[in-house]
Amino acid sequence: MTQEAQNAVGDYKYGFHDPESATIRFDKGLSEEVVRDISELKGEPEWMTDIRVKAYHHFMEREMPTWGNCDSLAGIDFDNVTYFLRSSDKTEKDWDDVPDDIKRTFDRLGIPEAEQKWLGGVTAQYESEAVYHSIREDLEEQGVLFLDMDSGLKEHPEIVKKYFGSVIPHTDNKFSALNTAVWSGGSFIYVPKGVHVEMPVQAYFRINAKNMGQFERTLIIADEGSSIHYVEGCTAPTYSTDSLHSAVVELIAMEGAKIRYSTVQNWSANVYNLVTKRGVAHKNATVEWVDGNIGSKLTMKYPAVLLKGEGAHAEVISVAYAGEGQHQDAGAKVHHLAPNTTSSILSKSISKNGGRSSYRGMLQVTPKAAGCRSKVICDALMLDEDSRSDTYPTMEIGNSTADLEHEASVSKVSGDQLFYLMSRGHTEEEAMGMIVNGFFEPFTRELPMEYAVELNRLLELEMEGSIG
Amino acid sequence: MTEVLLRVENLHVSVGDTPIIQGISLEINRGEIHAVMGRNGAGKSTLANVIMGHPAYQITSGAIHYKGENIEDMEVFERARAGVFLSFQYPAAIPGVQVGTFLRKSVASVRGQAPSPRAFRKELNEAMKQLDMDKSFLSRYVNEGFSGGEKKRLEILQMLLLQPHLALLDETDSGLDIDALRIVAEGINAVAKDTGCLIITHYQRLLDLVKPDVVHVLIDGKIVESGGPELALKLEKEGYDWLDALA
Repeated sequence: MTQEAQNAVGDYKYGFHDPESATIRFDKGLSEEVVRDISELKGEPEWMTDIRVKAYHHFMEREMPTWGNCDSLAGIDFDNVTYFLRSSDKTEKDWDDVPDDIKRTFDRLGIPEAEQKWLGGVTAQYESEAVYHSIREDLEEQGVLFLDMDSGLKEHPEIVKKYFGSVIPHTDNKFSALNTAVWSGGSFIYVPKGVHVEMPVQAYFRINAKNMGQFERTLIIADEGSSIHYVEGCTAPTYSTDSLHSAVVELIAMEGAKIRYSTVQNWSANVYNLVTKRGVAHKNATVEWVDGNIGSKLTMKYPAVLLKGEGAHAEVISVAYAGEGQHQDAGAKVHHLAPNTTSSILSKSISKNGGRSSYRGMLQVTPKAAGCRSKVICDALMLDEDSRSDTYPTMEIGNSTADLEHEASVSKVSGDQLFYLMSRGHTEEEAMGMIVNGFFEPFTRELPMEYAVELNRLLELEMEGSIG
Repeated sequence: MTEVLLRVENLHVSVGDTPIIQGISLEINRGEIHAVMGRNGAGKSTLANVIMGHPAYQITSGAIHYKGENIEDMEVFERARAGVFLSFQYPAAIPGVQVGTFLRKSVASVRGQAPSPRAFRKELNEAMKQLDMDKSFLSRYVNEGFSGGEKKRLEILQMLLLQPHLALLDETDSGLDIDALRIVAEGINAVAKDTGCLIITHYQRLLDLVKPDVVHVLIDGKIVESGGPELALKLEKEGYDWLDALA
């Protein structure tokens, strides 16, 4: 590691990186040619190439968002991003066949021990394509499809063609256009009617190369009466120049189905994390986003649910942690489009050392959505005077029968709490760590245990040496 | 062999510009129980808090020696690890932190190493049984939504587990019904043999169950009278007015 990189890494826990071992790497910058080359290299059907090219042109024409953090967004140099990098020629089925340096990185992140202990399947995404993929045999026997997105397109083009872009079209926003143009990797999951996937399935995403954009595309379809819990964890090593992560995640829960999508993201402090996540819930279906945002330079992410069928339910539980120089602009959007739909949003944020966290929420109730209920709770905890917390809730209520609750609070760590914990032998940093972990507990308890432990450890590390 | 655990020498303490303690001296040996009584606002809680190291209080003159050393420069957590314990009058709630986790971490911090899970569970079960506490306590959040009596029981449970050398008990008896008072008193008696105890109380009823060796009366930040258990009984009967002349 160069001294420059080492300095930038600082105390970031996963800030190590392995020498790049890319077998194919594109020149920096974006053009129609690059987009066509990516598609051709992957051997994609023509319709996908066409979508990519259309999306590319839309991306070029589309203005940058005029909200969120415009100054920070203006710092993205799209010409200085590598849009495609393939680090291994083929997707491996056997962990032993994965190249050693890539394996080393995953070993340090605790994969595949994690898989053995807890999880139904793992897709480990290293750079742009999955290098390792497995799924438990019993899932396969039940007809569950769990593939990386590229393989999904190859093996099940009819399903992908039907649903790709159906929830988040490329015209949705500038970054969904970018993702659609250059997407690579991500997960493709189809759960057949009535199948309940009992254990969570997970994917790990990791950016290793300098100036490497990562544009994964995930599509999860839960057919009627089925259920699945998908877990995505992200860690990226730190570099002194900026990285761009812009994913698109589409969820489709058919009648009576349930999808829970849990994310813990721990991007290093130079990553732009601009992600579009949206699910659609049909009649009596449930879509749940459990979304944790730690790190990154700027995160703009608002997991959304379209409650399209009667009796559908949305749940969004999110936490954001903004440290020095970081801005977490996160929140949730729920659109009640049908009668008797329900939703619950819980958002918790912590800002420290001048960090900034914003809750940006949208709650829409259309005139058709009679008898719907929604509860929104936003809590912010500030650890010092320099930090900042804002709330930007938007409500569009078109039906007077809606039953809505909104609670918001901003608090500071109290001296009484610190004194009490310190009188039990804890240092100020440890006391702060306990208070912070406690504040996030309603989120943490929703995670698989291993993630909960990992998140708590990360937050404790964040508190170390932070008390002036 | 008497061992002087705590020696307070002509202590003066202020909060901001307001003097609260104005010249207190006392000495507590290992195995002794001292009771501090007095009206509200006399400086009793301040005394306990300043010995624990509360940052809001400044020592303006005098000194606190614990095990022979001046502890003014010791951090709160260092005092705790050295064996000082404060049972809070109003313990803070820590939302989202489970009692079980909190106890395990606190024991590990004070002892300097984490106890083995099995040994700790055994120790915890016994202590909770002694205090007639249900296991469901362990999964609740520290002091959140606790009744007054539950908070005090949790304080005493911590005292039993942390095995302090010097225990400061700030109105531990307030808000307790008779049964709870008896259980808490048994808890205090269980540690008192090897510990120096400073018990702050308004009432004789705790001192009926926990026999003090010395009783001090505090008025306006000064000890105006010290004596044996009979002094507490006299206060119970006659109140504090007869002492005002001494203040």
